[in-house]
Amino acid sequence: MSASERPQHGRLVVKLVAIVVGMFGFGFALVPLYDVFCDITGINGKTENTAAVYDGVTVDTSRTVTVEFITRTNSGMPWEFTVETRRVDVHPGEMAQVNFFARNPASRDIVGQAVPSVSPGQAALFLNKTECFCFNHQPLAAGAEAVMPMKFYVDPQLPEDIRFFTVQYTLYDVTASVADVAMNQG
Amino acid sequence: MSTATEHAHDDHHHHMPTGIKRWIFTTNHKDIGTLYLWFAFIMFLVGGAMAMVIRAELFQPGLQIVEPNFFNQMTTVHGLIMVFGAVMPAFTGLANWLVPMMIGAPDMALPRMNNWSFWILPFAFIILLASLFMEGGGPAFGWTFYAPLSTTYSGDSTALFVFSVHIMGISSIMGAINVIVTIWNMRAPGMTWMKMPLFVWTWLITAFLLIAVMPVLAGAVTMVLTDKFFGTSFFDAAGGGDPVMFQHIFWFFGHPEVYIMILPAFGIISQIVPTFSRKKLFGYASMVYATTSIALLSFIVWAHHMFTTGMPVAAELFFMIATMLISVPTGVKVFNWVATMWRGSLTFEVPMLFALAFIVLFTIGGLSGLMLAITPVDFQYHDTYFVVAHFHYVLVSGAVFSIMAAVYYWLPKWTGKMFDVTLAKWHFWCSLISVNVLFFPMHFIGLAGMPRRIPDYALQFADFNKWISIGGFAFGLSQLIFLAVVIKACRKQGEPVSDQVWEGAEGLEWEIPSPAPYHTFETPPVVK
Ligand code: HEM
Ligand SMILES: [Cu+2]
Repeated sequence: MSASERPQHGRLVVKLVAIVVGMFGFGFALVPLYDVFCDITGINGKTENTAAVYDGVTVDTSRTVTVEFITRTNSGMPWEFTVETRRVDVHPGEMAQVNFFARNPASRDIVGQAVPSVSPGQAALFLNKTECFCFNHQPLAAGAEAVMPMKFYVDPQLPEDIRFFTVQYTLYDVTASVADVAMNQG
Repeated sequence: MSTATEHAHDDHHHHMPTGIKRWIFTTNHKDIGTLYLWFAFIMFLVGGAMAMVIRAELFQPGLQIVEPNFFNQMTTVHGLIMVFGAVMPAFTGLANWLVPMMIGAPDMALPRMNNWSFWILPFAFIILLASLFMEGGGPAFGWTFYAPLSTTYSGDSTALFVFSVHIMGISSIMGAINVIVTIWNMRAPGMTWMKMPLFVWTWLITAFLLIAVMPVLAGAVTMVLTDKFFGTSFFDAAGGGDPVMFQHIFWFFGHPEVYIMILPAFGIISQIVPTFSRKKLFGYASMVYATTSIALLSFIVWAHHMFTTGMPVAAELFFMIATMLISVPTGVKVFNWVATMWRGSLTFEVPMLFALAFIVLFTIGGLSGLMLAITPVDFQYHDTYFVVAHFHYVLVSGAVFSIMAAVYYWLPKWTGKMFDVTLAKWHFWCSLISVNVLFFPMHFIGLAGMPRRIPDYALQFADFNKWISIGGFAFGLSQLIFLAVVIKACRKQGEPVSDQVWEGAEGLEWEIPSPAPYHTFETPPVVK
């Protein structure tokens, strides 16, 4: 085939490279997409990261929901982490408070971060927290301890078939990544 | 079906450098195909040596030969090498050799890029293998490099792992672009889409899968790199990320990837079975559509690898049904191959033996895949040897057997001489028996609960593991016979063959002389 009749490959190559670049971007776009998708459907059991407002919520006394709490620490996190009660029974719409306790037995100051996970995941959408220690980093000096309250109500819209759900908090040691953040909480 | 109007005679073309320089600077599709195939073969032996270490350790319960951490490095690097170093480059090598010859093109569309896509590959694997000798060892988190194993609990060599995966990815993307452009623009006059040989079709679709998902893999390793070394938290729950998301991104790449490793195999089998049945392929068009639908469906089934991560029931049902749907087009293919053989005048030359073994054993792997697709039972099978049995049936007695079938089928065309048939038959029968001794018992120990990726196991699995290891060593040794056959063939020992080589072979590549001249189809043939 002579050079003059050689087909032009350039345009096709450009298109294919565009697909490659687009798909590389798509890989990263999956991260926010995943979060948005899980936010809407609640399927990964993540709760809101900001405080809910308790205002004009009617209490549905016709049914009771059992909320169970599990505390655990990530490996390498030395804190003792417990909750005052393993489970509470609430009516949807009713405010409740649960206290969590943390003690730092290590000889160094540590900043903790609690990450909640709700199971079954759909219930996460209906767990409204007006106050939670998981909204902020929790610094504890060596040997110190703290009471960490969590106030919540269950949205009355909670599907009828969910009568029981579990909230698990995992404490992570985030000292290294927030080393530059001053201790602003007691 | 078609005729070559010109048989290239190219004595005046030979200004090419000789010796090692010829191979380093070559832009000839046949040279590059040869390089890819040899590279894949060497990687197959290296990855195979690692499998021998794994099987030696598992020969008996208890820890005998290697440390658990080294064992994990062996499973990880074995997987990476076999997937990215052996199977994928072997298919790319076959594409280089065959696609231009099958569509009547003089070379690949982008020869210089072709040279690059091959020559960066050895560096990727030198880096990966070198990481094994670093302090703390090489990657030990499995070929799937799940976070947080690869982010929080991995060694410094992770950076090398990421770098080498990037290079492998760039190499396959360049190779894929080349294949697409070649097929799109360089078909001989008359070579319409629906006249293309199936190997060309399946490779075209594979190439599209490659450019769609290799970039996603590149994204995933990049996120692992930044999570590990630069403080991001894509997969770290403490920083707002999610480790389960890693699995979604990885398997969005990973499932199409397994089809990247099997679609060209479907193409090869669809070339070989008609030749030795002396009939046209049954259902050519349905083969094309089946391949396309498999490729499309492969994008919506990824979460069947994640049934046990706690997905909602609706999602589990969706992924279960979508996965089972894939077996429909796969079944169409198996049906078509069998129908092609039906009432054909069958002969059992070595390529056909491998093709037949492929059809039977791949189907066994497909059936165990169907079992795994059933969500509730996957809770039992997941992460056991049952999964190991499944993917080795589809990949070893599937993809690897198809590559061997292809080598035996086209080798006489490449060298001009018939290979040593007796040795090749020894290779076939030894491989066939040992591959089953090796992988079939894995189904049983998997169902009985033996987890995968462990250096030690409970006593009740000892007998089966002994047999599996014996099968493994036998399979490994059998491949040395293959090496001997190929070396003899490359030394051009054996009887000269005709242009058509196999009675019943059809297609442009059988109309050029044997051995295939260095330059072919410089004036395109006319396909009728
Ligand atoms: C009939 C078609 C197939 C079905 C229904 C199927 C289904 C599955 C399922 C459900 C799993 C996940 C098992 C688990 O981890 O619990 C799996 C794993 C796997 N499959 Fe298939 N599969 C099919 C064909 C193939 C083919 C053709 C290949 C490759 C050539 C393949 C390669 C793999 C690999 C490599 C894994 C394991 C990945 C890992 O965890 O390391 N499968 N398959
Ligand atoms: Cu899959």
